[in-house]
Amino acid sequence: MQLSTKARLKETIHKSDKNRINLEQCISNFKKNWQLFVLLIPFLLFYVFFIYKPMWGLQIAFKDYKLFGGIAESPWVGFKHFESFLMGPYFLNTFKNTLMISLYGLIFGFPIPIFLALLLNEVTSRKLKKAVQTATYLPHFISIVVIAGIVVNFLSPSNGLINIIISKFGGEKVYFLSKPEYFRLIYIIMGIWKESGFGAIIYIASLSSIDPNLYEAAYIDGANKLKRILQVTIPGIMPTIIIMFILKVGKMIDVGFEAIILLYQPVTYETADVISTYVYRIGLLNARYDYATAVGLFNSVISLILVFTANRISRKVSETSLW
Amino acid sequence: MRQTTGEKIFIFINNCFLALIGFIALYPLIYVAAASMSSTDAILTGKVLLLPIEINFSSYKEVLSEQSIWIGYGNAIYYTAVGTAVNLFITVCGAYPLSKKRLPGRKYITFFVVLTLWFQAGIIPFYLNLKEMGLLNLRITIIIAFACSTFNMILMRTYFQSSVPASLEEAAKVDGASDLYVLGKIYLPLSKPVLATIGLFYAVNRWNGYFWPMIIIRDNSKMPLQVILKKMIVEMRIEETITDMDMFTDFSVESLIYATIIISIVPMMIAYPYIQKFFTKGMMIGAIKG
Repeated sequence: MQLSTKARLKETIHKSDKNRINLEQCISNFKKNWQLFVLLIPFLLFYVFFIYKPMWGLQIAFKDYKLFGGIAESPWVGFKHFESFLMGPYFLNTFKNTLMISLYGLIFGFPIPIFLALLLNEVTSRKLKKAVQTATYLPHFISIVVIAGIVVNFLSPSNGLINIIISKFGGEKVYFLSKPEYFRLIYIIMGIWKESGFGAIIYIASLSSIDPNLYEAAYIDGANKLKRILQVTIPGIMPTIIIMFILKVGKMIDVGFEAIILLYQPVTYETADVISTYVYRIGLLNARYDYATAVGLFNSVISLILVFTANRISRKVSETSLW
Repeated sequence: MRQTTGEKIFIFINNCFLALIGFIALYPLIYVAAASMSSTDAILTGKVLLLPIEINFSSYKEVLSEQSIWIGYGNAIYYTAVGTAVNLFITVCGAYPLSKKRLPGRKYITFFVVLTLWFQAGIIPFYLNLKEMGLLNLRITIIIAFACSTFNMILMRTYFQSSVPASLEEAAKVDGASDLYVLGKIYLPLSKPVLATIGLFYAVNRWNGYFWPMIIIRDNSKMPLQVILKKMIVEMRIEETITDMDMFTDFSVESLIYATIIISIVPMMIAYPYIQKFFTKGMMIGAIKG
């Protein structure tokens, strides 16, 4: 009995000793590294004031925002805004449009950079390869305003290039951007033009890391070019393709508003209005901050769930995952 | 490896096909350039397809005499130059300490930062936050509210960790050098390529960004080029077409817009060779080292 008390006492002393050492170590650690902390100050201030402070403001999704009281004084209303979005007339349309645009992007936009990379990989002339790459990357670096401006002007009903060509062949001029049925097509083609070349870079990098001995071996085994592409090249870049695919699927719900708000008009909302453009319009143009925040939050939560699910599925199916 | 005839044909067709793809990617810009220098009549009748016809530069004269373009240019240069410098400063401030395993609390700070890759508040809370802090319609907001990108910070941190030999730091430390000295005299000089790459990432985004400046800035005198361009080349078009579809008399609007586009992309074209070089490298760093 006595012995055990003594032992316990010893243990406590030992523990507090350990704590003291830890604290001292901490202080000396801090002293040794104080310059690192000084460096971190401006960096952390940025994250606190411009990234985390807005997160605190997310609470207005559950409040009725009062302009004069500010965020803190506004009364709580629970899930009212979420309900009115989900029950309202905009939910189905914006949700459907978001998914449709993503799906179109996945079907048409996703494979093109892969094909481009595969074809570029077969080019023997370095000059041609460089030239094609230079030409296809270029639109990525031109601002979306100019890209959309070019699209809008080319499609203009009076003097746009496309309509000039149509009327040259005796066709009827069409005001494409006022027709809901053309919107997705226009948007996807613009995206392909702007991003395919740049999107191919990651696959080109991946292609260059395939061991040349594999091609040699396949050749000796009698595999022709097509077989070598199918059995060496494509399996070689498969992990990259899968990762890019997961990223794309995870972002299905995040269709950006920057490009769409430059191209859409009220007559095309039927197919063009996605969740993010709706948030922008309701929140920033109509100043319904609380409701728009709720819609935005709904969007980000779904998107987060999607990313994690996509990653999980891919880990199970293919043993390739983001983390 | 010897090539069969079939393979030779494949390579030839592939080369032609890719040359065509490259041409298609450039074609819209070629047309814009050609149309900007052509006569109104030539554009309207569809004669202009590849090369300018009846060359004249009257639309360029018109656009260059437009004051708002110059104001936009000036502001864009200011936001890009100062903004990129601040970006690099803040990014280094975060990346260097977080690249050191000995930094107490490193795990927690990294978690706090990396979390923002997956979740952010969204545009409305971000806007309200600026509004509540009284930061709307100020030039400084454009600079500081976008001072760091988490992705770029991680890229730089990874570079500091993996590409600068730790032995150099140890040697300097033995001689009594401080952290700031090691950063300034060893890390930064050895990281010039990655600093240039990330600097270009930031600069391109700064130059091309239109959305937040459009929301934050009210005064025309502080507007960057892209916001002014949006009014000139995107909206002007739509308004005109809605009010009067047969406004052929005012047709020179067309070549004015094309000239504006060309004038606005000149800086990008000049910088493009460098950008291309560094971006491809940067993508590789990102791809290989995660």
